Amino acid sequence: MAIAVSIQHLTKVYASGLTALRDVSLDIQEGEILALLGPNGAGKTTLISTVCGLTTPTSGTVTVGGHDIIRDFRASRRLVGLVPQELNIEPFERVQNTVRFSRGLFGYPDDPAHIEAVLRQLSLWDKRDTRILELSGGMKRRVIIAKALSHEPRVLFLDEPTAGVDVDLRKGMWEIVRALKNQGVTIILTTHYIDEAEAIADRVGVINNGQLLLVEDKATLMRRMGRKRLHIELNHPVDRVPEALDRYRLTRDDDGRSLLFDYDANSEAPDVAALLHDLKEAGLVLRDLHTSQSSLEEIFVTLVREEA
Amino acid sequence: MNGHAIAAIFRFEMARTMRTLLQSVASPVLSTALYFVVFGSAIGSRIQEVDGIGYGSFIVPGLIMLTVLTQSVSNASFGIYFPKFLGTIYELLSAPVSVAEILIGYVGAAAIKALAIGLIILGTAAFFVPLHIEHPVWMLAFLVLICVSFSLFGFILGIWARNFEQLQLVPLMIITPLGFLGGSFYSITMLPPVWQTVSLFNPVVYLVSAFRWSFFGTADVDVGLSLAMILLFLSACIAIIWWMFHTGYRLKT
Ligand SMILES: Nc1ncnc2c1ncn2[C@@H]1O[C@H](COP(=O)(O)OP(=O)(O)OP(=O)(O)O)[C@@H](O)[C@H]1O
Ligand SMILES: [Mg+2]
Repeated sequence: MAIAVSIQHLTKVYASGLTALRDVSLDIQEGEILALLGPNGAGKTTLISTVCGLTTPTSGTVTVGGHDIIRDFRASRRLVGLVPQELNIEPFERVQNTVRFSRGLFGYPDDPAHIEAVLRQLSLWDKRDTRILELSGGMKRRVIIAKALSHEPRVLFLDEPTAGVDVDLRKGMWEIVRALKNQGVTIILTTHYIDEAEAIADRVGVINNGQLLLVEDKATLMRRMGRKRLHIELNHPVDRVPEALDRYRLTRDDDGRSLLFDYDANSEAPDVAALLHDLKEAGLVLRDLHTSQSSLEEIFVTLVREEA
Repeated sequence: MNGHAIAAIFRFEMARTMRTLLQSVASPVLSTALYFVVFGSAIGSRIQEVDGIGYGSFIVPGLIMLTVLTQSVSNASFGIYFPKFLGTIYELLSAPVSVAEILIGYVGAAAIKALAIGLIILGTAAFFVPLHIEHPVWMLAFLVLICVSFSLFGFILGIWARNFEQLQLVPLMIITPLGFLGGSFYSITMLPPVWQTVSLFNPVVYLVSAFRWSFFGTADVDVGLSLAMILLFLSACIAIIWWMFHTGYRLKT
């Protein structure tokens, strides 16, 4: 697959002396959804702002669609749509006009049919002649997304698109992101909601303190980092774990009505079969079994904590 | 050349003007009318003639110049300051537009608006005093040049300003005083020699003088020199703006 955005050795030191990005290198594949996770101040917005031309890189190079973002800024910027983190939008304009303005700014001739399609996709068509200041926060965010989509970008940056958005709208936003992906748009989004990354991303990147700690396929990441836990529900509660089962380091749960077994899902030979055998030997009667896998959130917290 | 971007910026700026039409057009027209009543009629009736021209007519070029200067500066400075203030400038900075295109859009809109107001005032003045324009083509050329250069200056101001106070300070503390002391209401030849020399350091003197020459054919300073000064100022402004965008001064982080 072709590379949509290539970031090489990107470093950003702000005028204040603060280093917001440290030698970040990242290739983003065409058509993928990449979620960037990281605590407040990690450098997510700085990374996006640099690719989009709002922040001047201190060193390193970035190309979009093979075009250098500085030397060949016209070609690279035409490909990019940006939805910033803040709700920055002209309050006195009307929805439709502000979206048309954006399209023009990016060098495209007016196209009422496309503008209508974008506004409909974002459920803003009914509001097309409303002034921005009369819209709710969630609607404003959608207008900003519509502005970014007005010029049919091939790469879309969404900086915390679902911050301050209600549950329904969040799901709606995911639908939009998926639909865009189906249209072949490459999407880079930042989020603090791990379930969001888990729900829509193809790959996940974790940034902390200006460093890209890892970028990995979401499924691989969960498999690699994932610990599995076997929940064993017993017919009769036990007071203590039988000594014969010591080597499995089981923990009692639910007043002894269940036992928990943590194991590495990726290990060559998980001990589950042996454990089940030994449980029977120890005379325990099982009522039910199920496994759970650690979420991205746990993985993320572990990573960031290790770093600190 | 990204013509669609220029058109989009220009239309946006014009729409902004239209939203505040009354304030943008009525107020300069009203204040000019007041100047005519106060200076032209009340005081002017006691001043006979300046350089052989009736005082009411004599102040017309200076009045237009004063309004056009302040209008150009405030239009252009607000035009670029607002996106900065609202944060909507992110879009401009991330768009495939060059400095030249941004300038044609923003400064072009500001200058055209100032030009329109200048012409409206000229029309208003014709109601109050007899007007005769000796060099109409030069008159228009000077007016356009001055609108453009001071819109460029206002654009710089809008990028430079960190808050509303700074944005209004420069017009209030620099443009207006220089305008009043620039011979809008008198000929600098009426001043004592020392002050005549001091006046030559006031750039507005050159503007008013050249503009008045296009009306009446008489000038305080050489017209060629005035023209050179205006072009110098214009080039300096363009150079500063180019530098601002290329270094990201107060635009990018
Ligand atoms: N204009 C600026 N000047 C100086 N420092 C800045 C500037 N913008 C951001 N920073 C600093 O750079 C670091 C990274 O900020 P950034 O906004 O990229 O973080 P983030 O990951 O987007 O955080 P959040 O999740 O809160 O949005 C922070 O320490 C921040 O204080
Ligand atoms: Mg951020």
